[in-house]
Amino acid sequence: MTSSVWTSALRHRLAWPLITLALLLIVNMAFNSSFLHIEWRDGHFYGSLIDILNRAAPLVLVSLGMTMVIATRGIDISVGAVVAIAAAVAAWMIGGSIAGTETRFPLPLAILGAVGVAGLCGLWNGTLVARVGMQPIIATLILMVAGRGIAQLITDGQIITIYYKPYFFLGGGYLLGLPFSLFIVSAVFIGLYLTVTRTALGLFVQAVGINPTAARVAGVQSRRLVMAAYTFCGVCAGIAGLLISSNVKSADGNNAGQLLELDAILAVTLGGTALTGGRFSLVGSVIGALIIQTLTYAIYSLGVPPEINLVVKAAVVFAVMLLQSPEFRSEMGALVRRPPAQGARP
Amino acid sequence: MSTTLTQAPSTPPTAASAPKAAGFKMNAKYLPLAATISLFLAMATMGSVLYTGFFSAQVFLNLLIDNAFLIIVAVGMTFVILSGGIDLSVGSVVALTTMVLAELVENRGWSPVVVIPLVLLMGSAFGGFMGFLIERYRLQPFIVTLAGMFLARGLCYLISVDSISITSESYGNLAQWRLPLGEDASLSVGAVIAIVVLLLAVFVAHNTPFGRAVYAVGGNEHSAVLMGLPVRRTVIGVYTVSGFCSALAGVVFTFYMLSGYGLHAMGMELDAIAAVVIGGTLLTGGVGYVAGTLFGVLMLGIIQTLIAFDGTLSSWWTRIVVGVLLFAFCLLQRLLTHRVPRPS
Repeated sequence: MTSSVWTSALRHRLAWPLITLALLLIVNMAFNSSFLHIEWRDGHFYGSLIDILNRAAPLVLVSLGMTMVIATRGIDISVGAVVAIAAAVAAWMIGGSIAGTETRFPLPLAILGAVGVAGLCGLWNGTLVARVGMQPIIATLILMVAGRGIAQLITDGQIITIYYKPYFFLGGGYLLGLPFSLFIVSAVFIGLYLTVTRTALGLFVQAVGINPTAARVAGVQSRRLVMAAYTFCGVCAGIAGLLISSNVKSADGNNAGQLLELDAILAVTLGGTALTGGRFSLVGSVIGALIIQTLTYAIYSLGVPPEINLVVKAAVVFAVMLLQSPEFRSEMGALVRRPPAQGARP
Repeated sequence: MSTTLTQAPSTPPTAASAPKAAGFKMNAKYLPLAATISLFLAMATMGSVLYTGFFSAQVFLNLLIDNAFLIIVAVGMTFVILSGGIDLSVGSVVALTTMVLAELVENRGWSPVVVIPLVLLMGSAFGGFMGFLIERYRLQPFIVTLAGMFLARGLCYLISVDSISITSESYGNLAQWRLPLGEDASLSVGAVIAIVVLLLAVFVAHNTPFGRAVYAVGGNEHSAVLMGLPVRRTVIGVYTVSGFCSALAGVVFTFYMLSGYGLHAMGMELDAIAAVVIGGTLLTGGVGYVAGTLFGVLMLGIIQTLIAFDGTLSSWWTRIVVGVLLFAFCLLQRLLTHRVPRPS
């Protein structure tokens, strides 16, 4: 009886991501006794867990957008560049006056402008994929190549430092003792979650991802849906760009959001969403992003040289990929002389 | 096209019309390549008219010298893309090669004669391993080579975080060596290697069973299996070739930079993919020419040269122009492969 409960729990798609995250947290705890300790300091909560959550915020946002794109059988490798563009737009609209009291445009306008431009970038990707019919990798490759050039064009090749204090609240401020970025991420997550679970939209997205032709025949407006997914991904990247630039108080067209697209894809994969589209898990992607950030934190706090980070990431990607492959599972199953793993679908 | 139309009625429709139609199709296939070459020539002409000193043999040979490693990487990438895959690990493998080479030659005192074949073997094995994973476990090339990219970059930093310069005298001499061509023009050893690789690749792609299998697998893998082609060997083969080319490009890169560094060749995979696309290879696989890739690389090179000659434009314009070109060529490819618009 209990064993069957355990097996069915292990079959749950979020089981493995959660186990991975738990293992990472245990490793952190074992090496750092104050890891779980959270205290009240300077008017807000303070501790490793809070730090991980705060730092993971941009990645979680981008992963959510990426999940929707991947669910439609696409991929968006331009998110890093879009982050850089959004950061550059925000920094330019706020302006670099050293006094830190005046802005070129009012702050809300700057935020709207940055997110709007990021949304346009997403719409551009979506148009190329859904209307022109390019392969998603290639369509977004164009913006990935040109995007950093555009970001540098906006910042005039400089790293714009931001001195306007209210802007720092976005990525570094605290509300009710918790980092403000957490509230932004939660708002986006809850909004998206309700949209895909309480309306038919989530079902439509899965339908498009599983079989675009069948979905179109069944009357799903797949083109609009795909365009919306890319636009949403762009908006998410834009907000992430705001958080990042506000946290580091500057906009660097060349390096902001570097390799973020890869981390986001990794987070989505870790969360159990297959890259072949269709079924997706928003909670999984959030867990995936947290796994990556906790892993990074563990690597730093264990005193392992940070250079190893990439090697560990590579090992994790290889392991997850292989575990998702039915061929590998059946081969391993045959190796331990058990019947092959249940079901062909990962 | 107009000649085809005017001649068609005058000739008997039975025998002559079939080859004519085939000839027209060939033209459409060549169109992206023709567009690239004419655009390259137009840019070269524009540069020669606008800037003094642009029209010289050495400026054009410098395109080869400065982009020798990119040509080699892009040639490997062409095979991968022709087979319908993609290889994101090339830039990191270049960096890893420079790092291993510099470490062994400089800090361990090994002879380059031993080290160079060793790193070439390492690169091939790395590519072959990724190809094996892709073929055996039906994994997506994008993700496998992405992991390969992380792995190779990470291994670089494990060797050293800092740049290792190569001070060996014989190595420096080899890097300085120039093949004189005419009065005041010359080619570096890297450029010579790139040209040899390119010629070999053209031969392999069009005149060997492996080359034909690559095109067949890229055209339709399922059909290739049914035709009894060695699909498995071919898929592993293209990634091995790409790994080898990346390693060779890494060796050429050390001739160019005389150092090994984990941050070398950042983003080179993007340049290589862009060059292959601009060179007229379809990203869906099965259609394209290795020779086109040369012009793709030269196009990227001449954009940089033009911007350098201009002097007022900033370097980031390169990326924007490359992005625009990429867009234009993808659009052109779309129009060619999908001429009938889908009903909306």
